[in-house]
Amino acid sequence: MNVTQTLDTKGLSCPMPIVKTKKAMDTLASGDILEVLATDKGAVNDLSAWSKSSGHELLEHTEEGGVFKFYIQKG
Amino acid sequence: MIKALSAKEVAKRVVEGSMFILDVRNEGDYKDWRIEGKGIESINRPYFDLIDGVEDVLEHLPKEEVLVVCAKEGSSIMVAEMLDEAGIKDVYYLEGGMKSWSEYLMPVKLGDLKDGGSIYQFNRIGKGCLSYLVESNGEAAIIDSARTIEAYEDFAKENNLEIKHMIDTHLHADHISGGRRLSEKTGATYWLPPKDADEVTFSFAALEEGNDITIGNTKIEIQPLYTPGHTIGSTSMIVDGQFLLSGDILFVDSIGRPDLAGKAEDWVSDLRDSLYNKYNNLSKDLVVLPAHFGKISELDEKGAVSAPLGELFEKNDGLNIKNEDEFRRAVTENLPPQPNAYQEIRQTNMGKIDPTNDEQREMEIGPNRCAITE
Repeated sequence: MNVTQTLDTKGLSCPMPIVKTKKAMDTLASGDILEVLATDKGAVNDLSAWSKSSGHELLEHTEEGGVFKFYIQKG
Repeated sequence: MIKALSAKEVAKRVVEGSMFILDVRNEGDYKDWRIEGKGIESINRPYFDLIDGVEDVLEHLPKEEVLVVCAKEGSSIMVAEMLDEAGIKDVYYLEGGMKSWSEYLMPVKLGDLKDGGSIYQFNRIGKGCLSYLVESNGEAAIIDSARTIEAYEDFAKENNLEIKHMIDTHLHADHISGGRRLSEKTGATYWLPPKDADEVTFSFAALEEGNDITIGNTKIEIQPLYTPGHTIGSTSMIVDGQFLLSGDILFVDSIGRPDLAGKAEDWVSDLRDSLYNKYNNLSKDLVVLPAHFGKISELDEKGAVSAPLGELFEKNDGLNIKNEDEFRRAVTENLPPQPNAYQEIRQTNMGKIDPTNDEQREMEIGPNRCAITE
């Protein structure tokens, strides 16, 4: 996957992962892919719901050793 | 200035007050489970749709007294501060979020026992779980304890009670029992129905008919009555000849579901026999005290859930299905979704897995869902 930018929100809890994701997304162009790293479990449901409601596409998310990785394509 | 509102204070509003709630969790979580009550009005706007501003939601909110609610607390503080800046008076956030709400236990005195002593219901309003404390002469028994045992420990300390017996009416699938942990801490005997305890990894006393339990000098009797159906071991208890602790067999508005251990078809006839024969042969004056409620409307003005057995035989649909096939369908088909993480919860209650405290909290999120109807 062609990741345009990586955002590390490890250790941050709700709402910060999404607040930072939104800010980072605002600087990207349509079609760009943002990789988000997070440790907050709530981020899983919230990031996918947020992506939907704001017109982006959550392409994939994985978990490894308590770290979630999200790949969101800007709409 | 925004203010924190504790789960205890919110519980008071649910039972006897009013509150407007802005729930900022995602739509799925809100639909699944939220704070409800007679005087509670709530709307849902996910916090991530409010990051740029709250203007769009203002017109749907009252000018004063709004409680902002989220999963843990962080997002509700963010949104509450924005509402405060936008000019709403008295903006609150739920301290500890829905996690705290799920765990709060509200003790309500139900009544006195014949020879002294009394019985309390501990209402876990956020999850719909009901547990009980029976006390007499400085001794106490706790039935269907929640995982958060501190509430009982504090209560026992304040009232100078020694906890002698921890009793579970069955192996729970919706919440992690505090029975074993509190009995280890206090030296109390932990009672479980042996038929539900085939696979448990710890020792326990057998909760069986004939093994009456007494507390205090006045000999408050707790008589076990074998009533399988929700689980194969499910055992009800008659306390002091007055109260019927029905576990997950009979609720005020519904009846227990037989499918959570994966054996719905096998247990249908047990469930029917327990309800339509065993319960039907008991005194209709017994006050039924279930282990769950489904709807907040089941709470009385004190916040307690109970009903005379005779009244349930008249009004509870689950006790009025004449035809056996129809009963089978009612308790096996179109059931609500299962409780969150119910298989892991059963394993934990058997002692087979030992999740961390945070994992246990996470597993217990959501409503209890132990009845055949929602």
